[in-house]
Amino acid sequence: MTARSVRSLSGALKPLFSNRCPGVYGAASCNQRQKSTYTPPPARYGGRHTVTLIPGDGIGPELGNHVRELFRFCCVPVDFEVVNVDSSVASEDDINNAIMAIRRNGVALKGNIETNHNLPPSYKSRNNLLRTTLDLYANVMHCQSLPGVRTRHRNIDIMIIRENTEGEYSSLEHENVPGVVECLKIITKTKSLRIADYAFRTARAKGRRRVTAVHKANIMKLGDGLFLECCKEVASGYPEITFDSMIVDNTTMQLVSRPQQFDLMVMPNLYGNVVSNVCAGLVGGPGLVPGANYGEDYAVFETGTRNTGKSIANRNTANPTAMLLASCLLLDHLKLHAYASMIRRAILSTVSETRLHTADLGGQGSTSEVVQSIMNAVQSTGPQTLSI
Amino acid sequence: MAAHSAVLSMSKIIKPFWGGHLGNTVKVFGTTLTSHRNKSSLTRENIPPPAKYGGRHTVTLIPGDGIGPELLNHVREVFRFSCVPVDFEVVHVNSAVETEDDINNAITAIRRNGVALKGNIETKHTMAPSVKSRNNLLRTSLDLYANVMHCQSLPGVQTRHKNIDIMIIRENTEGEYSSLEHESVSGVVESLKIITRNNSLRIADYAFKLAREKGRRRVTAVHKANIMKLGDGLFLQCCREVASGYPDITFDSMIVDNTTMQLVSKPQQFDVMVMPNLYGNVVSNVCAGLVGGPGLVPGANYGHVYAVFETATRNTGKSIANRNIANPTAMLLASCMMLDHLKLYDHASSIRNAILNTMNETRLHTADIGGQGTTSEVVQTIMRFIQSKGQLTSEY
Repeated sequence: MTARSVRSLSGALKPLFSNRCPGVYGAASCNQRQKSTYTPPPARYGGRHTVTLIPGDGIGPELGNHVRELFRFCCVPVDFEVVNVDSSVASEDDINNAIMAIRRNGVALKGNIETNHNLPPSYKSRNNLLRTTLDLYANVMHCQSLPGVRTRHRNIDIMIIRENTEGEYSSLEHENVPGVVECLKIITKTKSLRIADYAFRTARAKGRRRVTAVHKANIMKLGDGLFLECCKEVASGYPEITFDSMIVDNTTMQLVSRPQQFDLMVMPNLYGNVVSNVCAGLVGGPGLVPGANYGEDYAVFETGTRNTGKSIANRNTANPTAMLLASCLLLDHLKLHAYASMIRRAILSTVSETRLHTADLGGQGSTSEVVQSIMNAVQSTGPQTLSI
Repeated sequence: MAAHSAVLSMSKIIKPFWGGHLGNTVKVFGTTLTSHRNKSSLTRENIPPPAKYGGRHTVTLIPGDGIGPELLNHVREVFRFSCVPVDFEVVHVNSAVETEDDINNAITAIRRNGVALKGNIETKHTMAPSVKSRNNLLRTSLDLYANVMHCQSLPGVQTRHKNIDIMIIRENTEGEYSSLEHESVSGVVESLKIITRNNSLRIADYAFKLAREKGRRRVTAVHKANIMKLGDGLFLQCCREVASGYPDITFDSMIVDNTTMQLVSKPQQFDVMVMPNLYGNVVSNVCAGLVGGPGLVPGANYGHVYAVFETATRNTGKSIANRNIANPTAMLLASCMMLDHLKLYDHASSIRNAILNTMNETRLHTADIGGQGTTSEVVQTIMRFIQSKGQLTSEY
């Protein structure tokens, strides 16, 4: 446990100190890190895992409840430790508690925490704080056309790997001269190499043939140029995977005309945000796509497009698919593959039924109907379930 | 004129670097600069360029790379055929050399003529980072602060979405395109994204004025102020300030990720959109993709004094250059916008009608919209349409 906290401490300190004193702290961390490959979180007692649950705002709490309901019904050996984060207070205690809970458990499922525009700029985005503190450097989103959902494009199967901790989201801004604001976009070699490595490893693991790096290096020559260079370096170590690059504006244009050409895409933070939202829109909307944030030691699962959904909160009209698929990703991560596939099959069969589609897919179904139907589908496949 | 412009351009180039550091210097240059700027901004309209002699306008033409030269030749062909009183002053810019002489010549020519039509100049990735993007240099030196793109579903083109009519107004000179990057620590690159109050107010003002002129009901500001609180927060604030002076127009704002997602599901909800540089780049490319691709949409860059017209998505089209398969529509529609700017409305509408009629004929569609037609066939058909309308044309 101590070793882990040393690791996480240096993980938190590393971005601050980067090249200045790697020797001192680095020594302890290097040995530890190189020794272990990623192991499932040890928060396991009596065969049951403990997972942190952060309800968030908007539709987060109700969807989190549905996840718990479904897990209890399917007798999934996961217990949730709920940590509430209040987005309207300025103190960072809540989010620090949540971070500590995630450090304890290693895995989390979260709803989006709202960033109130009315609070002063010194108040950082809670979601961003969580991601950077836990060094969840890779945001993975798998956009697939679901069979039951009618969209304008078919046969989309794109994996988007987005750098999650630096880039435009460094929250470093200042106003030297009144009326002139400078925002810093930071691109570092270590993080670019890390995310490129993650992308190629994932591509290899999933049998993907092609990785496309998305950038704007014709304008941001040093920044995105560095990112592109790092991707090329890593690509040379994976000869069986084709590597190409595309400028972000051309990418978005190609995505709306011919998205089937893309296989796996890797990119810095802001382009990742835009491209993942475009892809989510192409496969059916924010209610369908789950997202995962992976770091060396922790993993946090949430909906792919990170919406709070304030306007549809507590009206039983939200689409639970994204959150439930995210919980399946969580189960896969905990190596509870049987449960994961069982729930996933049930979800996909429910999504095929048009009369159950929620408002965002053009139907009139309610959230609870969808969840009931998923539970029915699970029950009918046979394994042990609680009685409804 | 030359001295003033030299001072103007000098202070503009110095300004972003020195910001407030050489405040005094800015003031010294600034006095000359502001008085000149205020004078032209007082008229608050894009003055038609005075490069007119004997009733004929002179327009700078920058062929650029890729499909630029061939498309611009077609533009000249169509203009000559329709007897449009415009003469082109061609200025070549070589993208392979490192010196800035070529682009400076082009900029001087545009200052002389006031209006230009350009193809995209390629930015080679293999050259040193100190070689700035020529297109960017042109836009910032001439202070073409507003990039206007009008995306409309064309009747003859089959797309997945119908009835799209979005006007995108994008800040063209600052934001992420300031080309200010440095590597303080090796392996760590900082890119500066600059948002200033003046430029944000200016672009917001332009957007609302244009919306009012064109009878638009709604302006949406696209931003990412939840993350870039100071930067995009400032932009949003400026938009709100300007919006308060236009009570007849509804103003709302949307975060860029949500915007792009809405654009691919329900683009009909958008009317006029205003945004900083990078989001403008992405959103305009998404919209161009929605209405049929990069070959169909023209773009215009307006400053207080100059105007430069080009295709909206600024592609060089290297892979299809000189193969007679490029779609000339975007460039030709851009030339129509230029004619409107020069107040030659009759010529503009006749050419535009001819283009739209040609678009309706599916067998003439070029490869990018799914057909097999060639560029020259399309241009010939357009010229035939113009001739059939009975207006004065020259012999083939």
